Amino acid sequence: MDAIVVEGLEKTYPKGIRALDGVSFRVREGEVFGLLGPNGAGKSTTVRVLATLTAPDAGSATVAGHDVFREPDAVRGVIGYVAQQSGHDREATGRENLALQGHVHGLRGAPLRRRVDELLDRLGIADAGDRIVRTYSGGMRRRLDIGLGLVHEPSVLFLDEPTTGLDPEARASMWDELERLAREESLTVLLTTHYLEEADQLADRLAIVSQGKVVVEGTPEGLKRQLRGDAVTIELADGRAEDAEAAIRALRGVHEASVEDQLLRARVENGGTAVPGILSALEGRGIGVTSVTMSRPSLDDVYLHVTGRDFRTEDQASADE
Amino acid sequence: MTAVEHTWFMFGRHVRSLARQPVWIVILLIQPFFWLVLYSQLFRRITDLPGFETSSYIEFLTPGIVVMTAFFTGAWNGMSMVNDLDRGIIERFLAIPARRSSLVLSHVAQCSLNAVIQGLIVLCLGYLMGARVREGLLGWLVILVAAALVAACFSGISNGIALFTRREETMIAVSNFIALPLLFFSSALIARDLMPDWMRTAARLNPVEWGVVSARETVQPDTDWGTIGLYFVLLVATVAATSAFATWSFRAYRRTL
Ligand SMILES: Nc1ncnc2c1ncn2[C@@H]1O[C@H](COP(=O)(O)OP(=O)(O)OP(=O)(O)O)[C@@H](O)[C@H]1O
Ligand SMILES: [Mg+2]
Repeated sequence: MDAIVVEGLEKTYPKGIRALDGVSFRVREGEVFGLLGPNGAGKSTTVRVLATLTAPDAGSATVAGHDVFREPDAVRGVIGYVAQQSGHDREATGRENLALQGHVHGLRGAPLRRRVDELLDRLGIADAGDRIVRTYSGGMRRRLDIGLGLVHEPSVLFLDEPTTGLDPEARASMWDELERLAREESLTVLLTTHYLEEADQLADRLAIVSQGKVVVEGTPEGLKRQLRGDAVTIELADGRAEDAEAAIRALRGVHEASVEDQLLRARVENGGTAVPGILSALEGRGIGVTSVTMSRPSLDDVYLHVTGRDFRTEDQASADE
Repeated sequence: MTAVEHTWFMFGRHVRSLARQPVWIVILLIQPFFWLVLYSQLFRRITDLPGFETSSYIEFLTPGIVVMTAFFTGAWNGMSMVNDLDRGIIERFLAIPARRSSLVLSHVAQCSLNAVIQGLIVLCLGYLMGARVREGLLGWLVILVAAALVAACFSGISNGIALFTRREETMIAVSNFIALPLLFFSSALIARDLMPDWMRTAARLNPVEWGVVSARETVQPDTDWGTIGLYFVLLVATVAATSAFATWSFRAYRRTL
């Protein structure tokens, strides 16, 4: 059975902002599913709809077999929701935060205390459990947020950008812990992120969301494999980009090539064997090369391929707006 | 039942967070002290005027200040709601099966508790300065209940406004706009008989005045329990109405998400 079924969600905010433009996807039970997309793509809006916070204009959704719009309370009982903006109480201790959350979920007495201790322990903030949250570091706070989503042992966990704002080291250790938690608590996880590495690392399957729509869906490996081969990026020394593109297209083992200013991007069957051929072809036409980089296909490339836009510049551009 | 339980849990959160803010406690202590000392010095000779039934102004003033402080506490209570909204705390509770009413009513309850604590401080200070409540402990109780009701009444309005504006600046402007006239249209600081007729009539519709009058009955000779009873009933009804307003604003806020 699918733990999350989303079909044709649409939502327009006041002032005509089209946040969701027909989002559909399915998440299998026990899977970690990533929603990947740049700023403003509609990731948070999707998750907020599934967490019963926001009503969409159209579409349907079920979570753990419950209809999100007809049985919101049943959904709230089986999901954990960790918002992009954390919702903990800064003036309370970590333990008090978790206990209150548990109380509202109907937990009491010894079982609640045990659960709180267990979570503090699993999240690695046991030592800080009785400290006021205001004194926590960013990473500790994020862990507490995740704990708040887990108190009642939900079957589905929504994580909206769990590692945004953490330094790379804290992010890496959070990844490890999320993987472990998902396993230990036998969770279905819907994770949103705009870090490609994060989706790559954590998600069993992922959907790339852009401008309120799912543009592509699959396993990280599968998506990259679709691109057939490695990416080669060549920085040209003195323009003549069109000439260079034409020269390369003619070569065997080159699937596609494109130019952007001084950058020539090509997708090749096998980077190791193709590069020497490319370089000699360029040299033969007297086109100078400044640098060559070769990489296994990444989700960046997938994004570029399906949307025709560069993920990082798009993410940056909408963040600057 | 669940609603009561949830309100109790949320109430506990507010109380703990208040108890941990030393600045708040100091303000809670200093503010009434300041009012009491300032006004009693400023208007020392005011009781020479006709219309004051008590022998000293401090005696007249003490119940007035208790209710006035409660009123201010209530009128500003929406700030903590704005805070909870800003920090995503309300949203977190919306995604779990928390009773909606508990999110609002716990603020109202906490506000009443605040007013009672402040009221006790003022009463003790007043006592030290010579004010005597004629009805003894029962009188103190009446004054504190009046404070709790007035605070709850305005906390409802304030929280309702907070849920509409959701911004501190707007909150401050609206609270000021409402608070000052309501204070002037009451006999918190000055005897009713000294007000012009039209003001006195307007004051009769003012919940602050209901609180002030019932609290003050207990320091005057011939306490009129009928008046106290009537105003308490009116206050309880108003608390119900303003809490309903706040809960309704909460639903309106939900729909904007
Ligand atoms: N409450 C709101 N009112 C109006 N517009 C909103 C609201 N919330 C989101 N939007 C708009 O809807 C669109 C999608 O927003 P959403 O928060 O879902 O994006 P996101 O993918 O989560 O982005 P990010 O990575 O920045 O968190 C954006 O254009 C945003 O400006
Ligand atoms: Mg978001």
